[in-house]
Amino acid sequence: MSVRIVIAGAAETDELGKLPHMSATQLHLQAARNALADAGLGKDDIDGVATVGTPGPIQIAHALGITPAWLDGTGVGGSSFLFHVRHAVAAIRAGLCHTVLITHGESGRSRVGAPRFAPAPDSLPGQFEAPYGVLGPATTFTLTALRYMKETGLTHEQLAEVAVAQRRWSHLNPRAMMREPITVEDVLASRMVAYPFHLLECCLVTDGGGALVVTSEERARALGTPRPPVYVLGSGESAESPIISQMEDFTTSAAFRRAGEAAFAEAKISHADVDHLMIYDAFAHVPIYGLEDLGFVGRGEAGAFIAEGHTSPGGRLPMNTNGGGLSYTHTGMYGMFAIQESVRQLRGEAAAQVPGVEVSVVLGNGGMFASAATLVLADREG
Amino acid sequence: MSVPAPPPPPPDGPRPPVPKPVPKPTPDTLPFWEGAAAGELRVQRCTACARHYFYPRPACPRCGSQDVEWVATGGRATLYSYVISHRPAPGFEHEGPYAIAVVELEEGVRMMTNIVNVEATPENLVLDMPLRVVFEERGGVRLPLFEPAYEPAAEAAEG
Ligand SMILES: [Zn+2]
Repeated sequence: MSVRIVIAGAAETDELGKLPHMSATQLHLQAARNALADAGLGKDDIDGVATVGTPGPIQIAHALGITPAWLDGTGVGGSSFLFHVRHAVAAIRAGLCHTVLITHGESGRSRVGAPRFAPAPDSLPGQFEAPYGVLGPATTFTLTALRYMKETGLTHEQLAEVAVAQRRWSHLNPRAMMREPITVEDVLASRMVAYPFHLLECCLVTDGGGALVVTSEERARALGTPRPPVYVLGSGESAESPIISQMEDFTTSAAFRRAGEAAFAEAKISHADVDHLMIYDAFAHVPIYGLEDLGFVGRGEAGAFIAEGHTSPGGRLPMNTNGGGLSYTHTGMYGMFAIQESVRQLRGEAAAQVPGVEVSVVLGNGGMFASAATLVLADREG
Repeated sequence: MSVPAPPPPPPDGPRPPVPKPVPKPTPDTLPFWEGAAAGELRVQRCTACARHYFYPRPACPRCGSQDVEWVATGGRATLYSYVISHRPAPGFEHEGPYAIAVVELEEGVRMMTNIVNVEATPENLVLDMPLRVVFEERGGVRLPLFEPAYEPAAEAAEG
């Protein structure tokens, strides 16, 4: 029997949205302090630190006064924090460290202390994407959708329904940036960003952060962490192509499928066991791919499934219950916020709480369908 | 995974135009760009498993063989998928909405490009339509773009 691993602390920054008075590093550190407080721990209880790229785990550990015995700087896009949880589970089980702090902070909107986006002209995207006038994910991540629509019959209205469904959730969430209910007509009337995507089918751009404390169940008990533990029952990770043009099939994500299969297998759960689902939603088509690639619905069925309300409040598979990247917040690397909402739902403390959530699945995307990780989280041991 | 903020409004008076991004070849990609300069769309082909592949890499991504060669393609493709960007990247401000596409070459490989010489509308851009390569001079590099290719029968009827 392997050591059981729990998320013992989880918190976001005090505020999300437009925070020009805070640098990316400040957002990391505030989230870290909040997560440590949530776990009832001090910095000296932490011996492992994981975070993405800039500013990176060395600076975060140093700024917090943590002496790390284990670091993970895996930076594979917005899914990275799910990778960090998975890696932390393995590291703790292997005895490399005891208690890991995972942080995210990003000044995605205000760009205070944030790195620049433009790829070097001799890089892979600099040579084979940038010359064609791409402007960030809105013109690359979205490239798969028309092929999916042609092959499955997904309609523009069904694509818009993804944004409508998630706004129903954010309407119930005071921390969400966009809360006003919207209709399919509103979505289709919003400004065209990159056909077939309208503004309301694209994620928000915000400032914010979040952090997690991961440790063994045994150590959480010994330290007396006060919050209900959230168990990591299974995880999976994979990757596909560094540039969207080389994604093998534009109608399905191989990385989503592999990461999902691995997590479900390790957790020994079936789809019927899942009470709550978070699927990274940078753009409206991504939850459609996620529902199919995780196997919750068959190929080409996800658009109708969402339009019929099955993922909305009161539906049988509540999904993106914070409002998601489309309506809650999206700093650029959204995965941390998807995990945070799963933890809240499993603790029974979400703003739009779903009754009786025992098993929650989180699917994180990195880059443009480039990397993926899945976590199976539960309110009880496996 | 975010939509970049629109560029700031231009200040009063003329500004020097921002050039479009120019790719900078590396040793592994140089044959591709040399081919483009010569008016040829070249990709790599694995001599072990006889498959073409793109982007440039030193070994076949399928079978792992390093026995690979650069070959000219016919420059014919079909439209695999696309978006019509309504938010111009730097250098594209005067284009109007433009098509960023992924095309599939007859040789079986896909690449990103722009669809040119046709107004970028959903009606004009139909998935799987035939395309052919054209080259645009930019900053000392020639860039492969694609335009609609009409069927020989249609051309004959026209002319
Ligand atoms: Zn080969």
